Amino acid sequence: MMDLRELYQDIILDHGRHPRNFRAIEHPTHTAKGHNPLCGDRVTVYLTIEGDRVADVSFEGRGCAISTAAASLMTEVLKGKTLAEAHALFAQFHAKVAGGEIGALPAELEEDSERLDPLTGVKAYPARVKCATLPWHAFEQALKGGGAAPVKTE
Amino acid sequence: MASLMATKPHPGLDPQALRRDFPIYQNNPGLVFLDSGASAQKPASVIDGVAEFYRRDYANVHRGVYQLSQRSTDAFEVGREKTRAFLNAADVNEIVFVRGATEAINLVAQSWGPVFVEAGDEIIVSDLEHHSNFVPWQMLCERVGATLRVAPTAAGGGFDLAAFAALLNRRTKMVAVTQVSNVTGAILPVERIAELAHAHGAKVLVDGCQAIPRMPVDVQALGCDFYAFSGHKAYGPSGIGVLWGRYDLLEQMPPWQTGGGMITQVTLEKTEFQEPPHRFEAGTPDISGAMGLGLALDFIEGIGRDAIQEHEQELTGYAIDRLSRIGGLRLLAAGQQRLSVLSFNLDGVHPHDVGTVLDQHGVAVRVGNHCAQPLMDKLGIAGAVRVSLGVYNDRDDIDRLAAAVEACREMFSR
Repeated sequence: MMDLRELYQDIILDHGRHPRNFRAIEHPTHTAKGHNPLCGDRVTVYLTIEGDRVADVSFEGRGCAISTAAASLMTEVLKGKTLAEAHALFAQFHAKVAGGEIGALPAELEEDSERLDPLTGVKAYPARVKCATLPWHAFEQALKGGGAAPVKTE
Repeated sequence: MASLMATKPHPGLDPQALRRDFPIYQNNPGLVFLDSGASAQKPASVIDGVAEFYRRDYANVHRGVYQLSQRSTDAFEVGREKTRAFLNAADVNEIVFVRGATEAINLVAQSWGPVFVEAGDEIIVSDLEHHSNFVPWQMLCERVGATLRVAPTAAGGGFDLAAFAALLNRRTKMVAVTQVSNVTGAILPVERIAELAHAHGAKVLVDGCQAIPRMPVDVQALGCDFYAFSGHKAYGPSGIGVLWGRYDLLEQMPPWQTGGGMITQVTLEKTEFQEPPHRFEAGTPDISGAMGLGLALDFIEGIGRDAIQEHEQELTGYAIDRLSRIGGLRLLAAGQQRLSVLSFNLDGVHPHDVGTVLDQHGVAVRVGNHCAQPLMDKLGIAGAVRVSLGVYNDRDDIDRLAAAVEACREMFSR
């Protein structure tokens, strides 16, 4: 049995209870909703993209501690990133939680990637992986033009 | 025939002794299984009986002239007769084998529905329904231009008979309700519902999924027209289920799936269909499933449905008492009559997080919306943690549940 504290680390509980950037952006350039019908989790991701950079990012919704913390941490690391950097961060995060080859990231992204590491405890809980990736899928969906993000059961 | 041997009767209901009949407990020491409402575990008599049937008596049914096929057909039809007796149905030909309650309800909605429901007619469901007794009627209404009305539960969580009665009118063609809620455990007054519905000329379908494994059911005494349940929630195999329907109604219903085994004559121009129940059983049925369902019903009868109800009722009361002492725990109301199923939320903790923590303590519960989104919306919650009981559960299971919930609360308040 994995220690539950590996999954519910203090930083997860903190972001789950006090999510950062938990607000709507009034005039987002991009937005999308993510919905996991299995558990009822809903997240709406708002973006302000300037050029190829994430100038602002926020979210609203309701969900479990894992999905709320994942959304909160995502908004923290994405702010100021180029779209290429954002995609690279998600690709690596996805590989870490859902399995797959974990590619190297440019040195300047290492610190951001490590900030997401507390969420990688979900890897041991296959039913919970989608909680951690839901906001990221909504982010990617927003960039593609919005709508409801398809839910991935990793 | 060895495969048709009845289960030995159990003296009273001793969950610890019964557990020895369930191999899942030997293979998962320490398991606290509180999810029988989703699917019950299987007794050795069912597991071994099905395996033995495949070893000794298996062939396709209703087809062969050879002895083995006859033995297989007999075993399959014995399953049907056991089901008839279990429901106290008047006629064995009223028992239609399907995949589960979902298919049973879809059968009625798709076969009976378009023949008897027209544009402007109304269908009533309760707001407690599982999606399987909600969506097929919603689809039927869309298809024929009828209106779906929802009978509400009262504030206390019980079925509101007066509000239901007020919805009935001469356009009401079908009332589809569950006998026991799969979310709150509320028991609905099905006899009274049927009386009121029939007074307006409506038919009544009862979803018996949660009732069948835990209380006596007599379809003639209930006074309903259709009754649906799944074998796997009643300690039987998954993939087999039952639609009971009054014969005069089944007779008026067209086939809904066509193919082999359900015809009397096929020519290039026209096909004539068999009488019920075979009319509704196109293709090779779940032969071992029907036979195994019979064994599962033997298992239930061996304990006694009164004994099971009494045991689960007592344990439900104990669970409510134990859980309601936990700070920040809110039970979903179920009215005055409830049985074996209860759902709760823990303040500030999402049901999925509760489920994961409980799982780490070896406690298996269901979390989420329980295929009852309309009810979740009405209650203004995203989901809930559900505890559901079986014959193998005892007070120790509830104590371990309560301890795990306490641990969860503590962890999320740190």
